[in-house]
Amino acid sequence: MDFAALNEHLGGLLKSESFRDNTRLIVPAAQLDDLMSHLKHHLGFDMLSDVTCCDYLEYPGATDRYGVIYVLVNTKTRERLVVKTFVNDPAPTLPSMYRHWKTADWTEREVYDLFGIHFTGHPNLQRILCPPEFESHALRKDYPLKGRGERHNFPVITRAES
Amino acid sequence: MPVVASSLHPATSRNAAGGPASSHAEAANSEYLWTLNFGPQHPATHTTLRLVLTLDGEKVVKAEPDIGYLHSGFEKLGESLDFNQYVTIVDRMNYISPLANEIAWHHTVEKLLGIEITPRCTYLRTILAELMRLHDHLLCVGAVALDLGAFTAFLYFFQQRELIYDIVEYASGQRFHTSYTRVGGVLFDVNNLWADKVRSFAKNFPKIHSEVDRLLTKNRIFVDRVKGVGVLSREDAINMGCTGPIARASGVVRDLRKDEPYLAYADLDFKIAASKNGDCYARYLVRMQEMLESIKIINQAIENIPSGPVNVELEGKSVLPSKPAVYRSIEGLIHHFEMIMPNRGFKVPVEELYACTESPNGELGFYIVADGEPRAYRARCRPPSFIHFATFQHLMPGYMLSDVPAILGSLNIIAAELDR
Repeated sequence: MDFAALNEHLGGLLKSESFRDNTRLIVPAAQLDDLMSHLKHHLGFDMLSDVTCCDYLEYPGATDRYGVIYVLVNTKTRERLVVKTFVNDPAPTLPSMYRHWKTADWTEREVYDLFGIHFTGHPNLQRILCPPEFESHALRKDYPLKGRGERHNFPVITRAES
Repeated sequence: MPVVASSLHPATSRNAAGGPASSHAEAANSEYLWTLNFGPQHPATHTTLRLVLTLDGEKVVKAEPDIGYLHSGFEKLGESLDFNQYVTIVDRMNYISPLANEIAWHHTVEKLLGIEITPRCTYLRTILAELMRLHDHLLCVGAVALDLGAFTAFLYFFQQRELIYDIVEYASGQRFHTSYTRVGGVLFDVNNLWADKVRSFAKNFPKIHSEVDRLLTKNRIFVDRVKGVGVLSREDAINMGCTGPIARASGVVRDLRKDEPYLAYADLDFKIAASKNGDCYARYLVRMQEMLESIKIINQAIENIPSGPVNVELEGKSVLPSKPAVYRSIEGLIHHFEMIMPNRGFKVPVEELYACTESPNGELGFYIVADGEPRAYRARCRPPSFIHFATFQHLMPGYMLSDVPAILGSLNIIAAELDR
């Protein structure tokens, strides 16, 4: 992959890092869709392996709060690429990658469920692992490990009511 | 054989891509459709997962998986347990092949910390990983056969799983949740008796395999239930992120053991099983063939396993000393203390990385964000079951209700890994 040419295409806003065998591209949220579309249609990254997120609230030296991470694979050249972008409160929003890769369907729902990041253009952005009544986002760093007692306050259906 | 693309009714038509046709939306409003709750407790789901099926008579028009019944916050727990402690949690993800998860987790951690494991450990983990592949495939094939009415094959294969349990128990002291790997090595070294157990298992397994092969592969009743059912095209398999046997059955010849070699796979001779048909039968055949390849790998690895230490050197301060060293020498005790106390232990970079292994089910990856502490700041697991189950809603429409167990079984969904 030619990083210089790719960066020129994105207007010089791209940053590249590498650690061990991982290559990471850091892209501003506004250019994410442009980059992903280019990676899929011109550079052959035909598989989206994973979408995940990390809350950098307590991370040393972090300036942005949520880092959304996409792991891409080129099934022909066996190349692997990590794309990362940052979003912030109060309304963390990103374009959905569903129109490029169907993997984004459930993985983005999971990120929405556990981190509260909205994906515009997602066909069915609902909670997937936690129940619909649940109001918090469990993997955010300001959510306590023991929870906030939600389980104890769940509505109980008795046999007489059912 | 069930009719796949019937033109009798718009609700049953399928487009070429294998997804639901556009006429499904209007059909979903029709009054003659009925809804069936499949699960959360149902013999064919094997674990706790729920499907909401919209049916036209016995034809499935729409299938909506409803997951999360077993969500227990494994990833949140990973943020408060250190790299060694968390192995007890990853065990419980895909509990059908626990050691495969442990190997994937510590593969990622060792890559993060920059630890190079010893040659003996590389081979030992390779053997265990392949035993786990057998473990998983035996249950998957057995359970599909069981759900489709072939009880004998299930018993033959489950008996082989017992032997693998024995081998794993001999090495780790646990049958099920082994918690056997450690950062920089494994809990205990294995001995010659263990190697003999593995050899005798590998020697006898092909006989059982061929018996089940004769029971199922050309069995008219079994083949009619799986052939041409749940077809996943090559393009869809790639677009939906499928990996492992499911992708290979659809013609995506991708295997991380060959593409991004880890452990000892680069030194060993084996082939990748693949098919072009993409139906449940192809997935069954790929799994059956992979089992024989795994036996080939085990046979090579057990004969070539190097001697020497199984854990990395203590000087690296990344591995726990043995118990006799802790109890009988002051150096061992200090070392143990340094590793166990919460403010000491591993030297961790402030970095993050993704690493993955070819688990029996497909690409099992971990994304670890580290902040210099001896535990992960974020421990993301990329569970193959989760990615594969997302294809179910695209695979199911157009097939019969009785095809649900066949398709569900061939995807090999493990709910504990699905919900984490």
